[in-house]
Amino acid sequence: MELTLAIGIGVLVGSGVWLLQRPRTYQVIIGLSLIGYGVNLFIFSMGKLRMNAPPILKSGEAVNPADYTDPIPQALVLTAIVIGFATTALFLVVLLVSRGLTGSDHVDGRES
Amino acid sequence: MLALPDHLVIVPILLPLVTGAFLLLFDERRRTLKATVSMAATLALAVIAFILLSLADMEDAAPGARASVYLLGNWPAPFGIVLVLDRLSALMLVMTSLLAVASLVFALARWHKGGPHFHTLFQFLLMGLNGAFLTGDLFNLFVFFEVLLAASYGLLLHGSGALRVRTGLHYIAINLAASFLFLIGVSLIYGMSGTLNMADLAVRIAAVPPHDRALLEAGIAILGIAFLVKAGMWPLCFWLPGAYAAAAAPVAAIFAVLSKVGVYAILRLSPLVLGAGAGASSGLADTWLLIGGIATIAFGAIGVLASQAMGRLAAFSVLVSSGTLLTAVGLADIAVTAGALFYMVSSTLTIGALFLLVELVERAQDPAANVLAVTMEAYGDGDEEEIEEEVGVAIPGTLAMLGVCFGLLGILLAGLPPLSGFIGKFALLSAVVGTGDEGSLSMITWAFLTLVILSGLFATIAMMRAGIRIFWAPVEGVVPRVLLLEFIPVAFLLLLCAAMTVQAGPLMRYADATARSLHAPAAYIGGVLSAQPVPPPEGNR
Repeated sequence: MELTLAIGIGVLVGSGVWLLQRPRTYQVIIGLSLIGYGVNLFIFSMGKLRMNAPPILKSGEAVNPADYTDPIPQALVLTAIVIGFATTALFLVVLLVSRGLTGSDHVDGRES
Repeated sequence: MLALPDHLVIVPILLPLVTGAFLLLFDERRRTLKATVSMAATLALAVIAFILLSLADMEDAAPGARASVYLLGNWPAPFGIVLVLDRLSALMLVMTSLLAVASLVFALARWHKGGPHFHTLFQFLLMGLNGAFLTGDLFNLFVFFEVLLAASYGLLLHGSGALRVRTGLHYIAINLAASFLFLIGVSLIYGMSGTLNMADLAVRIAAVPPHDRALLEAGIAILGIAFLVKAGMWPLCFWLPGAYAAAAAPVAAIFAVLSKVGVYAILRLSPLVLGAGAGASSGLADTWLLIGGIATIAFGAIGVLASQAMGRLAAFSVLVSSGTLLTAVGLADIAVTAGALFYMVSSTLTIGALFLLVELVERAQDPAANVLAVTMEAYGDGDEEEIEEEVGVAIPGTLAMLGVCFGLLGILLAGLPPLSGFIGKFALLSAVVGTGDEGSLSMITWAFLTLVILSGLFATIAMMRAGIRIFWAPVEGVVPRVLLLEFIPVAFLLLLCAAMTVQAGPLMRYADATARSLHAPAAYIGGVLSAQPVPPPEGNR
């Protein structure tokens, strides 16, 4: 499972970084989104991978922490997804404005 | 129950948040109302920042005073998020609020009409800045970084125009990428040390097992890169001059504080987490900061000298200031840090004033005659002409007044006596000379000394050249129409620098106390980890 996740993160971030270096704004935003997914999975993996372990404690019972997965990375991932989504949406708007103002989808606003 | 003054720590975050959200309720046409509310909130923020400064400064008298640590949600320290007020964060709050007052007054003259939601974005930017200065939790720091960045994206585009949109696109892409680095760094630190609380991390870092240490250090380094992108360390700074020079004047002025957030984070975390108590990781960042900082000063100084446009000159001055501060942090010495803090306040206020003044003097220049028009797209071309003749009191003797301000700023920027720029640099350099063992200075210290002095010389040359071109060379120059409202903030910032010169003694004492507590973080750690939650009121159980 660790290997699958590691390869997944690697492919996502690798493709993202490659796209980020491309000259078209659309490629840049897709690249940023891919990096975002990779990073979110990475944060998730920092809580150690566990199968069938809930993150939230049951009330009223004696609790053995070993039966539960770490809830903090899940909370962090949630925050990171929301923030990443919002900033990507904002970037998309700027991208469209830039396209409208310059008539080009090059990141510098002109073909070089 | 907490007494009312205890809640004062969170007010610098809540006040701009509530103000910004409240202003969204009103139509853009109700400008006077929006401007009044925004101005009142910013002035109140400045008053609160000064009260917090005096609270932070009193901590010695009553150790462990309750005001310093604020437990959000009443959870004790490593489990909940804490806000921590100490001397450094109080100083940053005061600096931010003063610059905010100045740039908001400047914006009221005409810039706030340049696009929608200026005041809301401005308040959210202040919220993010204040939150970043106050928080004691790494992930909370990330959230406040995103708040201030999201607001800054909007503000950078304020006024529109092809140039702003193009640089805005670069700025957003780079900062989004840096935010991802921030996340990777934070999650690595959490995975290896099991905590996100800065004070708790400082305690735990020494006990991290050797096989985890490499990953933890990698996490800290990646986090550091995210901060250094904000601070503009070479070679992560190529976005900065373009973005800052393209921003509208009041926005650029408040952006002068924005790059100091990165410096603040480094200054806070390097002595705390990587200080003497960090075991094998102690001093991890110092060499990198020294080399990178020196390279930044060199790059910034050459940029200052090479700049034709005044806006770029100011933007490269931001880099010089950042580089000087980063090197000073890398030296990890109490006296150097104290000098650097004084220098930071002085240089930030100076650069803020310079950004404001640049816009005023550039109005005088006939865009057609400007040689730069060839190499640079005209500065916000379209909307500049559309703006109707402003109403308001224009200041008399415009060119003379602007010239005096320009000269004073040149002196401040170059660090020539008698103003505060000189005192800051002098305190910094004399402390740097004192760091060597028995009078012998290392190569890197010599390079630092030389470059700081050279950067001052370069700033003098560049400012003189620009001054001659603007104030002396035009034979029948157009006298810019400058409103009193636009002149006051520049004069206000200059007066603050003059006041810093007069009050240099008490300020240096404060900076020294700040540096001492930064380099002896035991009090900070103890304060955060020992803060007790408030017991619930009786009757509510």
